[in-house]
Amino acid sequence: MEELKTRRPIPLSTNYAIAYAARDLDVDVVSAYPITPQTTVVEKVSEFVANGELDAAFIHVESEHSALSAAIAAALTGARAFTATASQGLALMHEMLHIASGLRAPVVMSVAMRSLSAPISIWNDQSDIFNARDAGWVIMFVHTAQEAYDTVIQAYRIAEDPSVLLPVMVAYDGYVMSHTTEPVVVEGRESVMKFAPKRQYPYRLDPDRPVTIGAIVPPEYYYEIKYQQVKAMEGALPKVDEVDREFGKAFGRSYGVMECYMCEGAEALIMANASYAATLKSLLPDAWKQGYKVGLLRLRLYRPFPLRQFVEYTSNVKSLLVVDRSISYGAPYQGPLANEIAGAKLKEDLGFNLISVVAGIGQRTMENEDFIALARLAWEGRTRKFPETVFYGVRE
Amino acid sequence: MYMELRFHGRGGQGAVTAATILARAALLEGKWAQAIPEFGAERRGAPVSVYARISDKPIEVHSNVIEPDIVVVLDYELLKVVDVTKGLKEGGTVILNSPVNKSPIPSKYKVYCVNATRIAKELNLVVSGWPTVNTAMVGALAKATGVIGLESAVKAIEEYFSNPTLGKLNAEAAARSYKELEPCSD
Repeated sequence: MEELKTRRPIPLSTNYAIAYAARDLDVDVVSAYPITPQTTVVEKVSEFVANGELDAAFIHVESEHSALSAAIAAALTGARAFTATASQGLALMHEMLHIASGLRAPVVMSVAMRSLSAPISIWNDQSDIFNARDAGWVIMFVHTAQEAYDTVIQAYRIAEDPSVLLPVMVAYDGYVMSHTTEPVVVEGRESVMKFAPKRQYPYRLDPDRPVTIGAIVPPEYYYEIKYQQVKAMEGALPKVDEVDREFGKAFGRSYGVMECYMCEGAEALIMANASYAATLKSLLPDAWKQGYKVGLLRLRLYRPFPLRQFVEYTSNVKSLLVVDRSISYGAPYQGPLANEIAGAKLKEDLGFNLISVVAGIGQRTMENEDFIALARLAWEGRTRKFPETVFYGVRE
Repeated sequence: MYMELRFHGRGGQGAVTAATILARAALLEGKWAQAIPEFGAERRGAPVSVYARISDKPIEVHSNVIEPDIVVVLDYELLKVVDVTKGLKEGGTVILNSPVNKSPIPSKYKVYCVNATRIAKELNLVVSGWPTVNTAMVGALAKATGVIGLESAVKAIEEYFSNPTLGKLNAEAAARSYKELEPCSD
């Protein structure tokens, strides 16, 4: 408690930082099922509920499908609902992901990104989130434990905003971040609730005023309802930016929707997210010393995609290397993000050479020299085309 | 100041907690710190590695430590199965939980020994038959390297344990180890 008064940073893993955010947001309902490497998020939340620091209904469900079902239903009654998952858990939720966004349920979910079976791997990559990208959720990637705490708080402001009403995922690398302990300033209930007060859900389920939500919709109307999701997602873009700026005013930390690091004078960029972005920040100065003038384009907001910022940062570079940590098997570029960037490049008529790199699958170790090698690839890409996706570090 | 550390222990000895307490102590001194467990072998008795970083400035890098400045070994028997000096920087420091004031580590490294197992047993810091040597090793680390002071190590330990009696005993383990640590060689 002394820590709260002084705003002294305390050592927390990203998982714990997220649990503290849920506590400070006074969430009403937590429904969760344990899955590595997410488990310690909801373990910590259950501790908060048990010791009275958080007055919430903690629902122990029998699967992730039920975890999200319960969270959706809770959100539709007007409760502030939270859940967390990873990997197979997110895959098992897939049906409910679309239902959450279709019903416009402002659920917030943290995802400790992990590879997908088979074969079984408990380790980090981003196959889970990229399989879920078209489910209509706002998706944000964070690169430190502090940013995770801050972004979960921002996420409720975004999700619950009457002009948005969309579910939000806050994603970070399993293990590499989820279990790494680092300093986090925990703001505490009072200031967090002042920033993100609970709102009345406009169309809530109420036994006294019964309504049906999610009934069958014939071809005459379904399309328009899905198009409303399109508009809601478009509207979320300025809202994310606005909430982040307000957060900066309240707490002194803000992140933007996309970050360009060491971009001044850079001729090439690497697009990366989460822990890779953090590690690249520490290594790019070495890359510059070796003559590779390469900047980092850190993807924070992924859905909706911040295209305006992307164009601004990439319009004057000669090459852009996109790191994917999942595979879109058989696609033109086999990195899903690279594929999208190819679309954005065409749409906006951008001149850079695109290099698609897949790396870190199943948490294949990337050492410092490997990140420098990526910088070198990005640098070479200024004058050389890479028509195929580079599967970095794979043994053939 | 920028220091990278690696802890070698066995699942159940508290290597992860040692690194977390180290991080907390460093934070108390206004430094920046990270504690990073290695993943996949969290079974009781299995060899585990944990990494840590301490710096004056915020640490951006999020990856395993490959070339540590300091290695802390919580279990002497691990020397038979793990190459604990792998990647250790030249002139780097090794701190051993050793039943004897002797070490097979090459003398090009600075090597220190302390009998943390005995200290843990003396204080009855035993969980399911396993002496928890981690807090004693934090005290030894403070003495050998000065990356954290004993005072902040003690405070971090007391803050870490929600049970104050346990906190005091573990802090005592660190203080005793701080006092007993000695240079050692073969």
